[in-house]
Amino acid sequence: MSAGPGRPSRWAGSLFSVRLEPRLYAPRWLSPALTIGAVAVALVLSGIILAVVGADPIRVYAHILRSSFGSIGVISDTLVKATPLILTGLACALAFRMRLWNIGAEGQLLLGAWAASAVVLLPIVPAGTPGFIVLPVMLVAGFLGGAFWGLIPGFLKARFGVNEIIATLMLNYIAFSWIQYWVFGPWTEGGFQMTKQFPPEAWLPRLDDLADTYPVLSGLTVHTGFLIAVAAAVVLWFVLERSAWGYEIRLIGDSPRAARYAGIRIARNILLVFAVSGGLAGLAGMTEISGVVHRLQDNFSPGYGYTAIIVAYLAKFHPLRVVPVAILFGALILAGREIQPSGVPAMIQGIILFCLIASEVFLRYRVSIVRRAPVAAEAR
Amino acid sequence: MTGGPARNAPSGPFGMDERRVSEVEGPLAVELRGIVKRFPGVVANDGVDFALRVGEVHALLGENGAGKSTLMNILDGLYQPDAGVIRIDGQPVAFGSPRDAIAAGLGMVHQHFTLVASQTVTENILIGLDRPRFRLRLARYDDEIARLAETNGLHVDPRAKVWQLSVGEQQRVEILKVLYRGARVLIMDEPTAVLAPQEIDDLFGTLRSMTAAGRSIIFISHKLGEVLEIADRITVMRRGRVTAAGLPATSVTKGQLATLMVGREVLENLERIPMPPGSVALALEGVEADGDKGVPALRGVSLELRAGEILGIAAVAGNGQSELAEVVTGLRPCRGRVLIDGQDVANRPVREAIGRGVSHVPEDRTGVGTAPNLSIVDNLIMKSYRASPIAHGWAMDMSAARGVATQLKDGYEIAAPTIDTEARLLSGGNLQRLILAREIDSRPRLMIAVQPTRGLDVGAIESTHRLLLERRAAGAAILLISEDLDEILTLADRVAVMYEGRITGQFDADEADVERIGLLMTGASAEEAGAIEAAPASRGAV
Repeated sequence: MSAGPGRPSRWAGSLFSVRLEPRLYAPRWLSPALTIGAVAVALVLSGIILAVVGADPIRVYAHILRSSFGSIGVISDTLVKATPLILTGLACALAFRMRLWNIGAEGQLLLGAWAASAVVLLPIVPAGTPGFIVLPVMLVAGFLGGAFWGLIPGFLKARFGVNEIIATLMLNYIAFSWIQYWVFGPWTEGGFQMTKQFPPEAWLPRLDDLADTYPVLSGLTVHTGFLIAVAAAVVLWFVLERSAWGYEIRLIGDSPRAARYAGIRIARNILLVFAVSGGLAGLAGMTEISGVVHRLQDNFSPGYGYTAIIVAYLAKFHPLRVVPVAILFGALILAGREIQPSGVPAMIQGIILFCLIASEVFLRYRVSIVRRAPVAAEAR
Repeated sequence: MTGGPARNAPSGPFGMDERRVSEVEGPLAVELRGIVKRFPGVVANDGVDFALRVGEVHALLGENGAGKSTLMNILDGLYQPDAGVIRIDGQPVAFGSPRDAIAAGLGMVHQHFTLVASQTVTENILIGLDRPRFRLRLARYDDEIARLAETNGLHVDPRAKVWQLSVGEQQRVEILKVLYRGARVLIMDEPTAVLAPQEIDDLFGTLRSMTAAGRSIIFISHKLGEVLEIADRITVMRRGRVTAAGLPATSVTKGQLATLMVGREVLENLERIPMPPGSVALALEGVEADGDKGVPALRGVSLELRAGEILGIAAVAGNGQSELAEVVTGLRPCRGRVLIDGQDVANRPVREAIGRGVSHVPEDRTGVGTAPNLSIVDNLIMKSYRASPIAHGWAMDMSAARGVATQLKDGYEIAAPTIDTEARLLSGGNLQRLILAREIDSRPRLMIAVQPTRGLDVGAIESTHRLLLERRAAGAAILLISEDLDEILTLADRVAVMYEGRITGQFDADEADVERIGLLMTGASAEEAGAIEAAPASRGAV
């Protein structure tokens, strides 16, 4: 039959052995069930570690839930955290679909933020330009900044076959230093590592802005960037699932040789995917500084571009699934600050990723425990 | 013993009971009894019995998907049977893994080699063994392996790196690997599929000397001629069941075996209607190209192929015929001129060749011809997704794509549960049907078919040949690259022989002499072979 070679593995027990048999067909429900199962196992494992260090896991989890989904106010804050995660998550999901391991979303986010800041600070549009002009220009600049940063490793990969993992990772550090140069140097606000605050025309509107008319919205920080992110997810979903380009990406991702045989220009697609992927991450940078920080500053991103890798993976590179996963991680980041500045939330994230990757084995193999009897079941 | 299940009893003129024979004729090395293996939706083995005597070559014959490989994977410990008994030398065994099978003296030589190209023969043979433990005293093992090779008629240099070896030599390394592990029973999974005619003769010599030394061999194949040549006895399977058990090879004919295998009579009566000479569809002028390793693969090839004509390229693997196909389809850069309908397309993008109506049945079906993890739909629209009815500007009409795929799946009888099944789950024959469906349905003007029937079963070969001839009758020019000389002589109007990147002879197919072509394929000069250069192309009627 057409199944690949099996991977028998014998565990020490002399009576039983665990066998992995390649699966020919995986039922449709299996993949989502495994994802949920993996997250559940991860929470149990994290709970054990929490208990070992002396915390009550139930109380910790309850606190996480309360501080991220407990009220409209914190839900709004969760969505604010989720916004850059959605956009960078989409950036990774797109590149990963073509097996381009772009782990440079962080750097592309920073360059997007820088380019958007430049619109106001260089300035590219004169001061006093109304918001409906400034904001679109900043959006475009953010996209282009990220796209440019993505095109560098894209070009190196397409032209010289340079490994994109190394290139994108290294470019993250350059981007970080680039931002530092500007916020410490030319754009510094009185010697602090931040620029001056943008004029209000360059702020993405928040729900709070409508508080005069609808007092109930008062204090809600969620900004238009969230809508942009969700819209980007829908557009990307359409492009990947319903367009010829999405088909080409799928084909190259699975078999570059087959794609070449089908007449698809691979180098061109590497450039395009890197540009769009970088651009999406750049948008995340723009929405973050324009919707939240209102200035460019040192360390405004707590590593969104790295968390995005986990988000994309958890979403199985599916654009629409990126949104809920990013919200979950946004909640984790938000609640994390309440619990502990860095340790616990990062640990939970890490354990979730491990469990998720480990669970893939069940998707590809059927695991059975067989009795190691001296003779196989006698047929007759 | 004689009261075996009635459904396995051989029928018709072959009503011989192998169990009675086997009791008469000596001990059994391997005995499989009532083996059942189910996969979701298929019963791959449905109560299969199989008996291998010590010292015989026993062929296991069947079409793709008949259950031969499943049965052998069970014997080799890769799969667990759902029911049934395995006996080795009369003792019941239960294998948990191939390691157990090796320990019991069983060794499987897989169709696809599992060698490390950058290591030597000796290193490859020692991989996975407990010896040598720490210090690699390879010289000692080299000698040991050289002796083992010599006693079994397997000529290969233990110090050579695997990448330097021909396919036939690599296969010998695989055989040595299992012999070195002490195998007394060898399972050979379609060993001739990758070999040139001369290499097949060498292999058969090796098999005979191994059986003479008391080893037993299970020879899996679906090629009737070679089965009759090498096997002592033959067991035929169809759809998971045994249709004839242990027939002596001397008592059957090809036709009878084909009937047992396919379940109906197979007559390859192909009609090759006379075609008037068409215009020149493909012309190569002094084409040179380098192979993957940078060494010249094509050294000045000139050819002409007309509409309505099949030109067969006869060559032993690795003489430039694969590169020839890639040059024409735009996959490989070259020097010289490649004219399709008079337009030079050398070094033009692949897309341009596709646009000019060139279709390509590639040699590598899993790596090039299909994307393994994508669905049948995605694989079938690989060449047509840019055009109507599937393309709508930059968007794709997925329901149109599914419509096209459903039509092709039904029309070309691609056996799969749904059109969403991933290509990697298809059997070899079905995968090739998928590729042929895609490449033929585009109604190509020029078709490059590389090894179109390699590894296919009788029924599938017949239908592939028919499809190619239909295309020819519709006026397509077909470049048929095959290592199967019979295939070329059955289908082609003209035959060109390639050796080391050059065309060493061209013949009209009905004047072609197999022996002369064979000599040219192996490097004899045209004078030695007494070849007559046929007038290029232009011959219409067959």
